[in-house]
Amino acid sequence: MTASKQETTTEEREQIKQETGQILNGFSRKRPGLIPILQKVQGKLGYLPREAMTAIAEYLDIPAIDVYGVVTFYNQFRLNPPGRHSIKVCLGTVCHMKGGYITLDAWKRRLGISPRETTDDREFDLDTVACVGCCTMAPVTVVDDKPEGVVEPTRVDGILLAFGYERETKDKEKSESD
Amino acid sequence: MKVIKQTTAAAAFHEIKERAESHWRELWHDKPVIMVGTATCGRAAGAPDVLQAFRDEVKKRKLDCPVIEVGCMGHCYAEPIVIISKPGYPPICYGYVNPVIAERLVKEFILGDNPCPEFVIGALEANDLLPSFDDFPRAQHEQKIILKNCGHIDPTEIEHYIAGGGYNALAKTLGTKPEDIVEEVKRSGLRGRGGAGFPVGRKWQYCREAPGRTKYIICNADEGDPGAFMDRSILESDPHSVIEGMIIAGYAIGARYGYIYIRAEYPLAVERIQIALKQAKKLNLLGNHILGSSFNFDIILFHGSGAFVCGEATALAASIEGKPGTPRPKPPRMTAAGLFGKPTVVNNVKTLAFIPLIIRNGTEWFTGTGTKNSPGTAVFALAGKIVNTGLVEVPMGTTLRQIIFEVGSGIPKGKKFKAVQIGGPSGGCLPESALDLPVDFDSLQEVGAIMGSGGMVVLDEDDCMVEIARYFLEFTQRESCGKCTFCRLGTKQMLEVLNDFTMGKGAMEDIDSLERLAGEVKAGSLCGLGQTAPNPILTTLRYFRDEYEAHIELGKCPALMCQHLIAYYILPDKCERSCDACVGSCTVEAISPNKKRIKVIDQTQCVKCGTCLAACPPQYNAIVKLSPPSEVPAK
Repeated sequence: MTASKQETTTEEREQIKQETGQILNGFSRKRPGLIPILQKVQGKLGYLPREAMTAIAEYLDIPAIDVYGVVTFYNQFRLNPPGRHSIKVCLGTVCHMKGGYITLDAWKRRLGISPRETTDDREFDLDTVACVGCCTMAPVTVVDDKPEGVVEPTRVDGILLAFGYERETKDKEKSESD
Repeated sequence: MKVIKQTTAAAAFHEIKERAESHWRELWHDKPVIMVGTATCGRAAGAPDVLQAFRDEVKKRKLDCPVIEVGCMGHCYAEPIVIISKPGYPPICYGYVNPVIAERLVKEFILGDNPCPEFVIGALEANDLLPSFDDFPRAQHEQKIILKNCGHIDPTEIEHYIAGGGYNALAKTLGTKPEDIVEEVKRSGLRGRGGAGFPVGRKWQYCREAPGRTKYIICNADEGDPGAFMDRSILESDPHSVIEGMIIAGYAIGARYGYIYIRAEYPLAVERIQIALKQAKKLNLLGNHILGSSFNFDIILFHGSGAFVCGEATALAASIEGKPGTPRPKPPRMTAAGLFGKPTVVNNVKTLAFIPLIIRNGTEWFTGTGTKNSPGTAVFALAGKIVNTGLVEVPMGTTLRQIIFEVGSGIPKGKKFKAVQIGGPSGGCLPESALDLPVDFDSLQEVGAIMGSGGMVVLDEDDCMVEIARYFLEFTQRESCGKCTFCRLGTKQMLEVLNDFTMGKGAMEDIDSLERLAGEVKAGSLCGLGQTAPNPILTTLRYFRDEYEAHIELGKCPALMCQHLIAYYILPDKCERSCDACVGSCTVEAISPNKKRIKVIDQTQCVKCGTCLAACPPQYNAIVKLSPPSEVPAK
């Protein structure tokens, strides 16, 4: 796991502190609360920025490294801000045997990022998931929380094309209204 | 079992039960009922749209016909699944339903009297009209005990569970001494369904007899094996069976609190458990003075954060305590010093689902199924190259052949069976020769696999055994928590050797050193993850050594799967000059026509994704995979 490539702005940092503080107020200052707190903060912010982790460590009165240790230990937590669209490639046994790794290659090639990273324009983030339990539709890619069945390299292009089209129409509408 | 007093619990429960039963009768009285399976597998296949279509149609036509959501029946291959029960007909199960079919079913079956046999999978009862599930070959072997309710009741309605006999066992338990409950479970011979098969009653007894007043029961729902979804299905389809089992376990061992440790990747299961807990509390089946007795018990839901190792009991406890989930050496056992240092019982979802049934029906009923040392049934998630993917429940002692070929209907597309992978990353690959093995905890260990939690992935001739071993090692290596040296470095080393093999590198003596290292990692690791991680390697080496040798000596992947050892090639005499299907399909523009308009793949550009092979029209079938890549003829 690498640290965030994109720098956060001052306003973003202020907002992070404020929102983390609000969530922390709902918890007691006990260590067993750590994972539920992290889950809630990530649920709100989409990821766990440095400022949030420090605030949590202070609140629970534990070393910041302990928070970082827990965050990097579990697969669920992420250190990068999410993209507008999330792409999760299933690498369960069945998806793997049916070519999930080829699909992942295709996503990597097209987006130019590795799993657990976000594109520079924060449009897409790419991740893998151990198994979503839809083995009959393998290989599966979860696009924005909706499992898509039989996603092979051509389907990858198809999904990206649909997003690109959507964005273009939006941009066009915007420029027309301006 | 000795009943100590005719408690108020029985009386209090009687009232709840009467009410539930009368509501249940009302639901079915003289009107059709539509049940749509909306577990995760159904949802992915489009069940929400089907549900909406039924609701719209029923509303539009102002029909008195309840449309309810149920869980998963286990026939995942035919999702979305719908059951329609109409007076005068047996309940009928429909498969592959879409909104258009839904509309037709309402029009022709609910309003008319055409049950649309073209969409039927089977009827749930024997009848003269349609084939029933009992007529299927799989019915000979299947015996649904803990999956009985799944797909037949609304998991968000506690009364459906109660009407089917649910919470009876709890009422009975509260009128019995805790020691007697432990004794009953011990006598039943129930073994833990999480994989290792430890006798449940003994575990409970250790915990009950351990000194100290605070004790915990944890339900382990951290189903992390890729390719296993039995626990998810039970939690989504019949959550109360697990909750009832936990309350009984809490009473028996003397716990005040229980935890359900559930995977974050199962949002629907979390939601349904939350609803179930609320409902149980409302009826005083959970909380203070349960059913008017002196027993207090509460359940806390804990969301796991996606770490495979947290399926191990001590790591799971560390995770609840807010630490990284790393296991610790045993002893002390969890039953002596577990969660927060207190005596703790950790039971799997399926184990707990068995408890109410054993208490309600008695030990003799339970031991009547299965084998002597492994009584009861086993639940498997069938997946991979098999026709009927889904959940199956069979008595222990059923053979693998019966499960794969009779219950699962064999391998699709006329391919040949090669191996079955049992027990996920901790299990092993068994070949054809092991298929007549009766499945129970002990027999599987003898052939090098483990029962595991129940994932069963079928592999055919297109699957490479070296690659599957590498895949599982990649998984365990990534999920190794890094605490003990053998697991941390051993899995990494083994993975590197296997990576080399799949690229055609490595030497024959590497096989021997791999085998030796595998044995050492097995012996030297701290917890189950490391101790079982070498199983996929050891079993593939034992049964498919020739495939390893082909990779190393010939640089060839016999199953044509390992990307580094294959090349795609267009047969010039089969390629049709007027067809450009492959050119357009190629994702990296590596295919172009030559002067004679025969298509040629630029091997330096090709990423071996196989899209062209799928795109080539079947009448030409001009694209083949070759291994080793040097077989591609030079110009």
